[in-house]
Amino acid sequence: MIRIKRAHVLFAALAVALCVPAAGVSSGNGLPTTIGKGEGSLNLVAWEGYTQAQWVKPFQKATGCQVHPKYAGSSDEMVTLMRQGGGSQYDMVSASGDASLRLIYGKIVQPVNVKLIPDWKNFIPGLKSPSHNTIKGVHYGVSLQWGPNTLLYNTTKVKPVPTSWSAIYSPKYKGKVTVPDNPIQIADAALYLSKANPSLGITDPYELNQKQFDAAVALLTNQKPLIKKYWGLASDEIDLFKNGDAVIGASWPYQTNTLIADKVPVTDLIPKEGATGWADTWMLSAKAKHPNCAYMWLKWISTPKVQAQQAIYFGETPANTKACPIMDKLSKGSCEQYHANAPAAYFKSIKFWKTPIADCGNGKNDCMDYTKWQQAWTQLKG
Amino acid sequence: MRAARLRLSGFFWRHRWAKALLLLAPPLLAFGIIYLASLVALFVSSFWTVNPFTTEIEHIWNLDNFRTLWESSAYRSIALRTIGIAAAVTLADAVLAFPLAYFMARIASARSRTFLFVAVLLPLWSSYLVRVYIWRLILNQDGVLNWTLNKVGLPDVHLAYTNFAVWLVFTYVWLPFMILPVFGAVERIPHSYIEASRDLGASGFATFRRVILPLALPGMIAGSIFTFSLTLGDYVTPLLAGGASSQFIGNVVYSSVGISNNVPFAAAFAAVPLAVMAVYLLIARRLGAFEAM
Repeated sequence: MIRIKRAHVLFAALAVALCVPAAGVSSGNGLPTTIGKGEGSLNLVAWEGYTQAQWVKPFQKATGCQVHPKYAGSSDEMVTLMRQGGGSQYDMVSASGDASLRLIYGKIVQPVNVKLIPDWKNFIPGLKSPSHNTIKGVHYGVSLQWGPNTLLYNTTKVKPVPTSWSAIYSPKYKGKVTVPDNPIQIADAALYLSKANPSLGITDPYELNQKQFDAAVALLTNQKPLIKKYWGLASDEIDLFKNGDAVIGASWPYQTNTLIADKVPVTDLIPKEGATGWADTWMLSAKAKHPNCAYMWLKWISTPKVQAQQAIYFGETPANTKACPIMDKLSKGSCEQYHANAPAAYFKSIKFWKTPIADCGNGKNDCMDYTKWQQAWTQLKG
Repeated sequence: MRAARLRLSGFFWRHRWAKALLLLAPPLLAFGIIYLASLVALFVSSFWTVNPFTTEIEHIWNLDNFRTLWESSAYRSIALRTIGIAAAVTLADAVLAFPLAYFMARIASARSRTFLFVAVLLPLWSSYLVRVYIWRLILNQDGVLNWTLNKVGLPDVHLAYTNFAVWLVFTYVWLPFMILPVFGAVERIPHSYIEASRDLGASGFATFRRVILPLALPGMIAGSIFTFSLTLGDYVTPLLAGGASSQFIGNVVYSSVGISNNVPFAAAFAAVPLAVMAVYLLIARRLGAFEAM
């Protein structure tokens, strides 16, 4: 704690001493090359739990930027909030992959200079320039944390150990299956089909043409009679497993950890087809009023200690590889529990959420967009 | 100053309508602006659409939303499920509420009536959400119900996360709203009517069927307006107690606004319960429910 504070007082002092012509100064590509003096305030749109006092208070003390968070309940709410008031009401947003492209293409966020974020070079390679926040080499934000959507199962009821997502599509566990109540679940079905039915030619589960999309929706429609409940909140799924109403399903590491802590015989794994996952990015509004504080926040939130604190608080994996030893210091075994030290192959096996859009890169605009996904999801649930 | 006050007072004395207008203006404005205007806004926006790429609302008049609703079998079955369960809940509540309301109004002593009133109203003091969650604890696989059944040697039942569970929870949650108007209606039946029926030689059942029930019916209809409309508009109970196919109209509205930002479609679907309730209220008025409220 003390160490970090000093480092940041030093940094703040340095920034004031240099007091270079602030963020207005820009290099040829329009990006700031230095971080100027803080504007004293920072307005954030964030997921609940992303602006906890344990790392926000030291930040405010070190930089003088008062943080005003606004919690959003969904990716769509985040997009809506960032559009409000001409886009200048909030400085930053902790966008998930299924919102980030909408923000970029909607010109709601602006590019950032990752050279100003020293910890960026310590990020796992896959999160330095991921396709959900970096377009043609231009960075629209700095990655934060990530996590996989895993296959969760009851170890006493599910035997043998499932190795494929087929376990939640086959009638063996009829009436005991649970999956998230989220249109993005179509991507999970598409991921499974990309391996189970190669003739469909699915290469990216978020870029589906009509035929591939129909196949994924048909798979989910056939799955429906097997489903006990589509869960909306993480606590719903925890209840289902705790009370024996479900024995297998799609999940997040958070549920697994909570259930194991409650002595429920469960474990999770990533099946052989791989898994989908989420990765969040701090993005900067195109009309941010406090860009210097925003860059200071990007720097702060990327440091190993803050990354470790947030990973443990929320149950996700930090982008910064240096966070691992600190996680273990804060909570023994948490580095391995949240896969912070997993090899790159683990990260590569995950297809991260992104917004499905009509343009899927083949110039034909024949992919199914998110509105279609949402309608299909509502209709298949019926 | 005093003269001005007298003049003002005189003005209101001469113009009675001005006094009434002044008195009614605030509630009328609130009713008109907050309530009716929002309904009109809802109805108007249902004729717009959302641009699929930018997800911005486009103010072009069309009937696409209503066409989607009409043509898709999924939305039809969601609407029918919502109306069907709302009707089943209303029926169950009416059947359950009548004996209790009758007992409270005509048989119970003053003391036990007070006690029963508290018992009926007490659940309303706790959060609606808590009461839904309690039913989950009762019904789920390892819950209270199955535990009890196993103790007496009966096999498990699988009621949790089904439409049956949704119906059960609704019936429980809205029961007080049925009991109170039925109580009011039964209490108002003059005792002399029942005596007259007896004097004319009617049996107990005939008195019930030809005197008490017709006079209690407006109360039941009044109660049914609550139980029916509250069920029709709910989305929390289907979400928490329902299973794989328990979507209500409210759930589709919720996800249309919250997930896909498609307000016009949500508005179009929300117009369905509005229309159903309008028809229902017209019938209820014919049956004299408004006098019993």
